[in-house]
Amino acid sequence: MATEITSATGVGVRQSNGVLGGVLTVAAEARRLPLIPIIVLLVVLIIPAIFADVIAPHDPVKSPLGLTGRLQPPVWSEGGSSTHILGSDKVGRDVLSRIIHGSRVSMQISLVGIGIGGFIGVILGLIAGYYGGRVDQLIMRVVDVSLSIPTVLLALSLAVALGPGLDTIVIVVAALLWAVYCRQVRGETLVMKERDFIARARAAGCSDARIIFRHLLPNIVNTLIVLATLQLGLIILLEASLSFLGVGLSPPTPAWGLMVAEGRELIITAWWVAMFPGIAIMLTVLSFNLLGDWLRDRLDPMLRHI
Amino acid sequence: MQRYLIIRTAQALVALWVVTVVSFGLTRVSGDPLDTFLPEEATQEQIDRMRARWGLDKPLVVQYGVFLGNAFKGDLGDSLKYPGSKAADIVIERMPPTLQLAGIAMAIALVIAVPIGVLSAIKKDSVFDYVGKTLALAGQSIPSFWLGIVLMWFFAVHLDLLPTSGKGGVKHFILPAITLGWFQTAAIMRLVRSAMLETQDGEYVKLARIKGLSEWKVVWKHCFRNAAIPPLTYFGILLANTLTGSLTTEVVFNWPGTGQLAFTAVLYRDTQLIQAIVLVFASMFIFLTLLVDVLYAYLDPRIRYD
Repeated sequence: MATEITSATGVGVRQSNGVLGGVLTVAAEARRLPLIPIIVLLVVLIIPAIFADVIAPHDPVKSPLGLTGRLQPPVWSEGGSSTHILGSDKVGRDVLSRIIHGSRVSMQISLVGIGIGGFIGVILGLIAGYYGGRVDQLIMRVVDVSLSIPTVLLALSLAVALGPGLDTIVIVVAALLWAVYCRQVRGETLVMKERDFIARARAAGCSDARIIFRHLLPNIVNTLIVLATLQLGLIILLEASLSFLGVGLSPPTPAWGLMVAEGRELIITAWWVAMFPGIAIMLTVLSFNLLGDWLRDRLDPMLRHI
Repeated sequence: MQRYLIIRTAQALVALWVVTVVSFGLTRVSGDPLDTFLPEEATQEQIDRMRARWGLDKPLVVQYGVFLGNAFKGDLGDSLKYPGSKAADIVIERMPPTLQLAGIAMAIALVIAVPIGVLSAIKKDSVFDYVGKTLALAGQSIPSFWLGIVLMWFFAVHLDLLPTSGKGGVKHFILPAITLGWFQTAAIMRLVRSAMLETQDGEYVKLARIKGLSEWKVVWKHCFRNAAIPPLTYFGILLANTLTGSLTTEVVFNWPGTGQLAFTAVLYRDTQLIQAIVLVFASMFIFLTLLVDVLYAYLDPRIRYD
């Protein structure tokens, strides 16, 4: 595609889509990036998750001042000290450090959960859409059933059966997500496989596997990116709810949902213990939703309904 | 229509069956059920006798059959936390508070969401639209359990206007109902808005305007009646989500319903009780979504399977 650039003299200059054109397009796109959500995600989630050990002022599970330093208010409140910028919890652990380390937990769960669930869903969706017939029928019935089972209850039973922990939550997330991916990918594959380039690939003697992975998959990547971004927020919420209910991660893991749960009983005397991890959850989920909406409008206008 | 009814019902039954398998598996995966009943010093003979009495010496399939037969008769086993009580009885006894709270939460959500959704669609890009979009985004991003704690801290602890927790008069309903209805408000608003935007372009709407009908009549009689159909399909899911969402809300506000019960059951590892809760809730969930889907198929003749 050629871009029209009007020079200062008003003479239109046709510019072919060479390297320069590519750079210009990227630059133009970058200017329209939703900067606020990206910055918030970097500050609240990604940078803390990667550099938690360096950034966090204290150990997330130890109390630097022992029990004497418990329930200290944030630094700007009366009685607060700079040791605990966001205050300390009921055993004297630093709230800020626990939030920073908690971002790592949230990241791990959502990325690994989406990875596994997405992988299974995409493969099955491609197979169902590409081959059609009985295979499709069978896979789609399983998807329908899987989507009609209440998610929180499934999560609750799995978490109780397998015992709380990181693995359990990842399994729960994957079990909930695969069907969503499967349905979406199947729908797109159905449309895509009628297109000419697939027929040509087949005529050229490509194997089924080659057509699926080299020709179909790259064409639905946009959808997958949008779906994953929108779901990252949902998963962080789900993990937080499960941990809050005591079926997610177990203490003393620094998980945001768990921290809110611990702060619940202290709300009258020490509001900061529950408040700040909740704000971290909210900012992260909000940013993922904004980013997902933006990506959807950019990459895949057909997905407006999700 | 008939084909749709049959397939949809069959799907609901399979979903229900999967739930029974999962919740049966739950009591078996989480360890030998006898461990929880018998003291450690029990002799092998005693263990064997108990095993025979509970039917645990039979193959798993037979055990599952017995469990299913009992479940059909409304017997979901004995609670461990509340000795001498049937798990199913406890769940049903705790149901009314949950249903009351869910009903009021849904009512609040509808009363707030429908007018804002309609207004933000007919006055697109106006203040209403802005408020609506912000509310919708916030509803999806704020964890409801945290919102509950914050509301409690502000209105009950700080301002001392409303009771912090428990069940009593009308005042006790306000905070839990807002917390529980929060997410649904956002969801309904989004649905109503996008459905209204779509119907507004319809030919019959233009005709109604040309006929010189008042704007009020055009919006509510012509647009909204048609726009209400798509959100209706989600109504079952929303209602079901409200029921499962009550889990965290009830824990936050110490509401004496099934959600609180589930929390206690998890805390005490009362697998029988959790099994009963999951079964009862999942049945309600599946039945509700089935009911709404069937109703919807009656209302909209275009809905057919595939």
